[in-house]
Amino acid sequence: MSEVAVTGAIKRYGQVAALDGVDLTFADGEFFGLLGPSGSGKTTLLRAIAGFIALDAGEIRVDGTDIARIPVHKRNIGMVFQNYALFPHMSVAENVAFGLDVRDVPAAEIKARVAESLDLVRLSGLEARRPRQLSGGQQQRVALARALVTRPSVLLLDEPLSALDKHLRQEMQVELRRIQRQIGITTIFVTHDQEEALTLSDRVAIFNQGRVVQAGAPRAVYERPVNRFAAGFLGEANFLEGQVTALSGGEARVALVGGGELALPQGDLAAGSAVLIALRPEKISIEPGMAVGANAVAGRITAAIFSGSSLTYRVAVGERLMIVFEQNKSRAPLTEGSEVVLRWNAADNVVVAP
Amino acid sequence: MRRFLDGGIRLYLVLVLIFLYLPILVMALFAFNRSPLYGLPFEFDLVWFEALAGNKRLLQAGWNSVWIALANTVIATTLGTMAAVAFGRYTFRGKTLMQALLFPPIAIPWLVIGTAMLVFFFWVGRSVGAPGMARGLHAILLGHVALSLPYVIFVVGARLNDYPKALEEAAATLGATPWQVFRRVSVPILAPGVVAAALFAFAVSFDQFVISYFLAPPGVTTLPVEIYTSIRKGFTPEINAISTIIIAVSMGLMLVVARFYRFGGERSGNE
Repeated sequence: MSEVAVTGAIKRYGQVAALDGVDLTFADGEFFGLLGPSGSGKTTLLRAIAGFIALDAGEIRVDGTDIARIPVHKRNIGMVFQNYALFPHMSVAENVAFGLDVRDVPAAEIKARVAESLDLVRLSGLEARRPRQLSGGQQQRVALARALVTRPSVLLLDEPLSALDKHLRQEMQVELRRIQRQIGITTIFVTHDQEEALTLSDRVAIFNQGRVVQAGAPRAVYERPVNRFAAGFLGEANFLEGQVTALSGGEARVALVGGGELALPQGDLAAGSAVLIALRPEKISIEPGMAVGANAVAGRITAAIFSGSSLTYRVAVGERLMIVFEQNKSRAPLTEGSEVVLRWNAADNVVVAP
Repeated sequence: MRRFLDGGIRLYLVLVLIFLYLPILVMALFAFNRSPLYGLPFEFDLVWFEALAGNKRLLQAGWNSVWIALANTVIATTLGTMAAVAFGRYTFRGKTLMQALLFPPIAIPWLVIGTAMLVFFFWVGRSVGAPGMARGLHAILLGHVALSLPYVIFVVGARLNDYPKALEEAAATLGATPWQVFRRVSVPILAPGVVAAALFAFAVSFDQFVISYFLAPPGVTTLPVEIYTSIRKGFTPEINAISTIIIAVSMGLMLVVARFYRFGGERSGNE
């Protein structure tokens, strides 16, 4: 098992920087999610670690060794591709055995390790099938078994679940996590599905325009986004602009543009400075009535969207449109046109960089 | 209604097949008919096959065609496959322009290409002071290679495009050296495309009339040219006999290839 350290990684394609100075360390045994919109650099980083791309500057070290000059086939990595890339002319067993076969592992050992690997992904009994005879989920498992059978030091996953339907995807998420825990392999995982990244990862990094916007534990990144992009990309957020009017007793008062007042922990805010606040829609409670005090605003429901387990309200607050999530509890849903008051806790106001 | 439709479709397909095969069947039938004037009633006889065996000109032309086609197949398939891999798997300066330039030779009438080649070879021959070089089997072969190369590149390229580059990348991550990747992944995947392309190259050459006719010096002919010449002189069912042999051989070859292609033609699961 291994630690992967990326420092100062830069990769340019013409004028576009796919990686623009990325520093990340993937700890031994960690499940690390790389998240970001397409073209943000996450896949470029993964492919650089795999060895398909050479960096223009910076270095990648695996357990302290710079791997820049090591060709792909000597890097000892396991990789699962977006469409699995199973060899269509080989059976399941031959696919899994491939990595051992090219290393001239004795036949008896190959047989044992292929069986062990297929057992790990719960595919025993399908050895003789061809990839095209398998379902998407089964192909996914073969790809995983094939990547793990060589006992690689790092496992790279390139949007491995994106081709599966929702139900199967959730099932495979659980499987992936179980297998990863069982063998304790350092795993780097690229996805554009934010929920998947939050569910699976020990830590995540959000990429944008070739840079890491924020990295940390999923909960920390979700609850304390550093800027507007991080808050908006990972989950939904209401953005409130205002100005700090007063500081007293560790609390800052913020007058919102367009009316309303917030109270939030002072942090390092200075009086008179402009601030941008991110507020998660599920932190807001919604009730009929009128606004009183700080961290409460009055508005009118413009849309109530029912989606089974939850409700999404769009609320016009002055000029601003705010989004509120509510669990579908016993109460009858509020209707469009209702006058409502939105309330939240001071701690839920997150000051973010623009 | 459904049954009625099924019946209609089947009838339609039978008619299409009759349309395609009737002339060939009639031709093959008369190869075995005794009458030299295509007269009926049908009397089975192998007299035209015997006559063919003694027809030195026709046989020589046939061998010329076979050898040129085989040489063309080997050369065009090798060069074309290499070009297809370069186009499909690498990026280089001028790639788009080069790919675009592959199309016109397929669209330009063979008559025009043949004339251009005749003029070109004539010019080269005169320039090096050996006008005799302008025509001959070597010139015919070069012309055929030039003609069949785009077909090979397209057929192999289509096969290559069906398979994501990720297959080769996956093999590399699993520890396969570039040579192992080529031998154990690229070659098996490309094989059916290469075989199909080779067949195309063979057919393009074996069928080729215009270029062969233009580039053949007096006294040297290929089968299509020889058949054309003898038809002008008034033809005998010997032509039917040799055509029947060719059809039998090529259909047999096609069946073998079709089997092979189906065997190797499995696609990866999700495309």
